[in-house]
Amino acid sequence: MTLAVFFGCTFIAFGPALGLFVFTIARDPLRIIILIAGAFFWLVSLLLSSLIWFIAVKASDPRDEPLQKGLLIFGVMFSVLLQEAFRFLYYKLLRKAIEGLVALSEDGCSPISIQQMAYVAGVGFGLMSGAFSMINLLADTLGPGTVGIHGDSQLYFLTSAFMTMVLIFLHTFWGILFFHGCEHRRWWEITAVVVMHLAVSGSTFCNPLYVGSLVPSYLLMATAAAWAYLLSGGSAQNLWRFLLCLRSGPSPQPGS
Amino acid sequence: MSEESEESVPLLPLQQESLASALFNTDQNDNSERRRHDNSERRRNDNPESETNGQPQNNIQQVVEQDEEEDEELTLKYGAKHVIMLFVPVTLCMVVVVATIKSVSFYTRKDGQLIYTPFTEETETVGQRALNSILNAAIMISVIIVMTILLVVLYKYRCYKVIHGWLIISSLLLLFFFSFIYLGEVFKTYNVAMDYITVALMIWNFGVVGMICIHWKGPLRLQQAYLIMISALMALVFIKYLPEWTAWLILAVISVYDLVAVLCPKGPLRMLVETAQERNETLFPALIYSSTMIWLVNMAEEDPEAQRKASKNSTYDKQAPANQTQNEDAEADDGGFSQEWQQQRDNRIGPIESTPESRAAVQALPSNSQTSEDPEERGVKLGLGDFIFYSVLVGKASATASGDWNTTLACFVAILIGLCLTLLLLAIFKKALPALPISITFGLVFYFATDNLVQPFMDQLAFHQFYI
Repeated sequence: MTLAVFFGCTFIAFGPALGLFVFTIARDPLRIIILIAGAFFWLVSLLLSSLIWFIAVKASDPRDEPLQKGLLIFGVMFSVLLQEAFRFLYYKLLRKAIEGLVALSEDGCSPISIQQMAYVAGVGFGLMSGAFSMINLLADTLGPGTVGIHGDSQLYFLTSAFMTMVLIFLHTFWGILFFHGCEHRRWWEITAVVVMHLAVSGSTFCNPLYVGSLVPSYLLMATAAAWAYLLSGGSAQNLWRFLLCLRSGPSPQPGS
Repeated sequence: MSEESEESVPLLPLQQESLASALFNTDQNDNSERRRHDNSERRRNDNPESETNGQPQNNIQQVVEQDEEEDEELTLKYGAKHVIMLFVPVTLCMVVVVATIKSVSFYTRKDGQLIYTPFTEETETVGQRALNSILNAAIMISVIIVMTILLVVLYKYRCYKVIHGWLIISSLLLLFFFSFIYLGEVFKTYNVAMDYITVALMIWNFGVVGMICIHWKGPLRLQQAYLIMISALMALVFIKYLPEWTAWLILAVISVYDLVAVLCPKGPLRMLVETAQERNETLFPALIYSSTMIWLVNMAEEDPEAQRKASKNSTYDKQAPANQTQNEDAEADDGGFSQEWQQQRDNRIGPIESTPESRAAVQALPSNSQTSEDPEERGVKLGLGDFIFYSVLVGKASATASGDWNTTLACFVAILIGLCLTLLLLAIFKKALPALPISITFGLVFYFATDNLVQPFMDQLAFHQFYI
């Protein structure tokens, strides 16, 4: 594999996330800390879910292929549920942090709002999830080899990069939706996020039939994006004005 | 020849590195910095890495003068900024170490062990290996403890020359010898042909500028860059020469030692900090990374011209600032004030001379300097030993883990979160704290967990191309 594959896959997978980081997160130290803490929470959830999977695998027969695959599927589902549980825990922690920041501020309002924290937390989860999926693959693209020489798909790296990108975006939108649901006690929003996550992970079970996993994931991402945009105060009118570069008019500002 | 010298790495640089990782705010004057130099104790190669660092507590007395609430607000308001001011250098150091480990094979090749870890780990049984690594770690830690105590004794009995000389020899070794070896290995890796004359010029310039920046004055960024580079070099030496189990054990034990030495009332580092506070002295800048420049005392002490100007300016501030510019071309002895100006001044406010007593009085007023200082300039300090051990952990993770990049990334995030928590505690307790325990604990837990539990899971997921 060549350097072109390496750079191409890196930028497909992490380019948009890097752009989000540089333009919205890198300037504010508080947001960077929330990002890293979000990554940490995702990591802990992964640790616990792989512990469970590991115990299950060690307790079972390693030669039984369908059983191992079944255990892996169980591991994936359990990991998804645990990730969402940790997202909820992170929401609780950030709520407490906001109270602390309000108490310490001079003018009684927090320097960062819960919506901004939701966005940054989502990006944190997404970046860590993407990094763990993609980094070892990227390291392998720098070495020698031929993709799919034993009859597997030749698009392995490319589809992995696209899947990683969509997952990072999805985590960002899920963060916004989830926190909004927790803030306003709308449990159906929270369940929708969990169901979407399970659906996306479930769709990857039909890999290497990529049309079955990438297409639904991108459709779900578009849905989640529109929903998160609407929840953050955006509207069709705002979007129209933005596209036409209009500045005037008493339009409500979308939450940053 | 290189083998010999490599095996017998002098104690000095190691000791230097073992400075306690001191973490403390620089709200107060410069007086409160204190460095721990453990290295100068012996010439042998013990690597006492006492990361615990004597973090000098900032002069708490001065803090009390301010409004406590306002102080708390300021500390926590700027807390996020300080965290990032430490995240960046720690990240840079780790990036340098990981990049070197991944590209230069010299630092992962086994070329013997240091004399501080005499027991080999190439044994037949697991039990023997465990025993050997425990013995190695015990020897290393006892060397570090002895060094630390020796340092405290030296400091208590005011043997400043010895400590100073020790530090200078350590930094000389690091800046010249280790960087020469590093440069040589990098050239070998990339197959770059280079002549000795160019190398001599490069190393000479690098080393001399480094000595000046670290031990004297220099641009802040350059000083920070040099401190990061010497921490990375030291960490690379440890990664190369410490066998695996020994390295993990040493990391674990040293964070416990750090905790004990900085927090226990009879701990050597704490005694060092308290002695420094009693004497109202600053620590040497060569062993602590600072995020801001502490220039007030340095300038006044080392430059008599500036000292005179500073004291004159502060005393006569209101008088005739405009006149000073007129006399800029006057002789240097005047300090810019010509005879005419002095006569005018004498006529107006009477003869006032700047005496050593008045200068000392002005210098001793810390609050004046504090108010002129922008609160955003207050920084936080981290001992170089902390940098070294964080980088050793991440470097070892990238060198020997089966999970490779996943493990490295997990350890990196764990260390950053540990540092964040330590800084939060620092903001709450406002005294010198050990920076190693929380980060190293998280780092070790995440290393072993990711390497043994997460990696098989991620491997299986990648094999089937499942995504979680």
